[in-house]
Amino acid sequence: MDMREIFTRLNRVFQEVFDDRSIRVGPDTTADDIDDWDSLEHITLISAVEQEFRMKFKMGEISGMRNVGEMAEIIAERAR
Amino acid sequence: MRELEYPFDAGGIIRRRKALRKALLAENTARVRKKIAVLGGSTTSDIVKILELFLLDAGIEPEFYESEYAQYYQDALFPPEALLAFAPDLIFVHTTSRNITHWPELADPPEAVEEKLGAELEKFRAVWAGLEETFHCPILQNNFEKPFYRLLGNRDAWDPHGRVNFVNRLNQAFAAHAQEHTGFYLNDVDYLSADYGLRRWADPAFWNLYKYAMCFEAIPAFASNAAHVIKSIFGRNKKVLALDLDNTLWGGVVGDDGVEGIDIGQENGVAQSYYEFQSYLKQVKSLGVLLTVCSKNDEENALAGLNHPEGALRPEDFILIKANWENKDRNIAETAAQLDLLPESVVFADDNPAEREIVRTQLPGVAAPEMEGVENYIATLDRNGYFETTTLSEDDLKRNEMYKANVLRAAEQASFGDYSAYLKSLEMRAVIDDFLPIYLARITQLANKSNQFNLTTKRYTVEEMEQVFHSENYVRLYGKLVDKFGDNGVVSVVIGRVEGPVLDIELWLMSCRVLKRDMELAMLDRLAERCAARGVQTLRGHYYPTAKNGMVKELYASFGFAKTGEDQRGSTWELPLSGYEPRCKVIEIAGNDQ
Repeated sequence: MDMREIFTRLNRVFQEVFDDRSIRVGPDTTADDIDDWDSLEHITLISAVEQEFRMKFKMGEISGMRNVGEMAEIIAERAR
Repeated sequence: MRELEYPFDAGGIIRRRKALRKALLAENTARVRKKIAVLGGSTTSDIVKILELFLLDAGIEPEFYESEYAQYYQDALFPPEALLAFAPDLIFVHTTSRNITHWPELADPPEAVEEKLGAELEKFRAVWAGLEETFHCPILQNNFEKPFYRLLGNRDAWDPHGRVNFVNRLNQAFAAHAQEHTGFYLNDVDYLSADYGLRRWADPAFWNLYKYAMCFEAIPAFASNAAHVIKSIFGRNKKVLALDLDNTLWGGVVGDDGVEGIDIGQENGVAQSYYEFQSYLKQVKSLGVLLTVCSKNDEENALAGLNHPEGALRPEDFILIKANWENKDRNIAETAAQLDLLPESVVFADDNPAEREIVRTQLPGVAAPEMEGVENYIATLDRNGYFETTTLSEDDLKRNEMYKANVLRAAEQASFGDYSAYLKSLEMRAVIDDFLPIYLARITQLANKSNQFNLTTKRYTVEEMEQVFHSENYVRLYGKLVDKFGDNGVVSVVIGRVEGPVLDIELWLMSCRVLKRDMELAMLDRLAERCAARGVQTLRGHYYPTAKNGMVKELYASFGFAKTGEDQRGSTWELPLSGYEPRCKVIEIAGNDQ
């Protein structure tokens, strides 16, 4: 799975979770860039991403991710 | 909504929550508004969000209060201003085994374990007593999921020091409290977490990271389970189960395979599965759920199948049998009409996806769950909680008999040319009098579920009804109707508040099963008599229109009341009582036995 595919799928998950078709995520996107992305919605997002890619983040990773790029890297590594 | 019906895709619900919410709110359904306070011992945010979906789907528009993080105890014992002002219709105490503080230690002598059990229970009893005293509303309390590890291994189950044993004992004490207190209900997390899989349910990551009582993906199952209890308390249960026959109640097609060719009974595994399903339905019937048949079949073949000697159900177990070649949506609509119920009270169980789809699209509000594979039928009906039982009145247990008698009455009516001659032939006798304690559960149930013959659609919690019952300021009447075909039980309720010379009627309802029997006139006669005895000179009634109560729009006018006002909420009507003459000529009226 290449990065382009990961971002396409991530984008769809973000759009669904925030119910906003205009969202476009890139490697540098952070919670500050999306209005409704607060700590509570973060859990929904993680759960939806895990479901989409059929993988689980480790506990340390969830609190450590600083932007969508880091999330994508973990997915790329885990989904091999 | 299909997405919220068992078996549902939990991940999909979480992910598309916002879109689902939008779709639910866009549906054109009448919902009751309810204020629900969620007092948590863990994070409640997403619980409330997903619970909202399931409640909207069940016809309830919730407004939520959430306690600050893990403040359930403080909120119950020292309710903050915001909670008092919120005035909840229901309080949900959302606690978990993680909130247990007095765990036994291995070194504890037996008395110490008992003391700890007592202390833990005291904590919760204080919560319940506090809430009951302040809020007088139903309480929904989680019981405890089993601990996610067993220090003593299997011994944990029986040794008093074992946490598994301790949790089991707490759950038993919670159950005992529910048995002894009306208005107190359990959300059976113990069963639910086992059903879901405790290992996944109690995934410690979700507690340690987010302080959630269960794993995130279990939230939809949890919310669905709690919503079943809540919608049942607020009178939103289904009432009728309409069943297909071929490949639903037995394996095979009776018209093609013949009675001897269908799978039902003990012959093989498939036949046994259908037998088990029929036996389950027989139990469902004993709850007061009305079973009907809705099958594309010649009636003769349908009856032959139902009379199969190895079957658990008999033709007489069904109130109505619609076996014909009409479209099923039409048969379901007719079934509802014949029982004086709305189509949305019906659950339609059919193995054929095309039939389910027709019924779903033609009759929105009818539930048509995915019946796929006989081995899943019971779980599908059961997990959807259509008939969740929170109160079980005498009437529920007898409902099938009563509806059956109605069908006989309809047949008799057809043989009379003159309607009043028919009414007289029924030999009706009514008991109409002040409430009796044994009927309070039924009266409250009626108040909360009657929609059609209901002038104000005012709802009452058990606690509020008890207050009305004990107050001097009310004239209360219940009406029970018996005729030669059977006992209809308590079918009408009137509650009026005495305001000097006026009786303000805040509730007037009647069960649709006794429509057109002049029972409403009998109630009016008794009301006039009781009011006169108390010096009340005028009856004042209100009609508040809803999507469902159009049939009583002109009720007060038909009684001879004059309209005295009209506003956004509805209309007000008055009748002076001087010179009142009894109206009901076909029912013999008596009072409570002295």
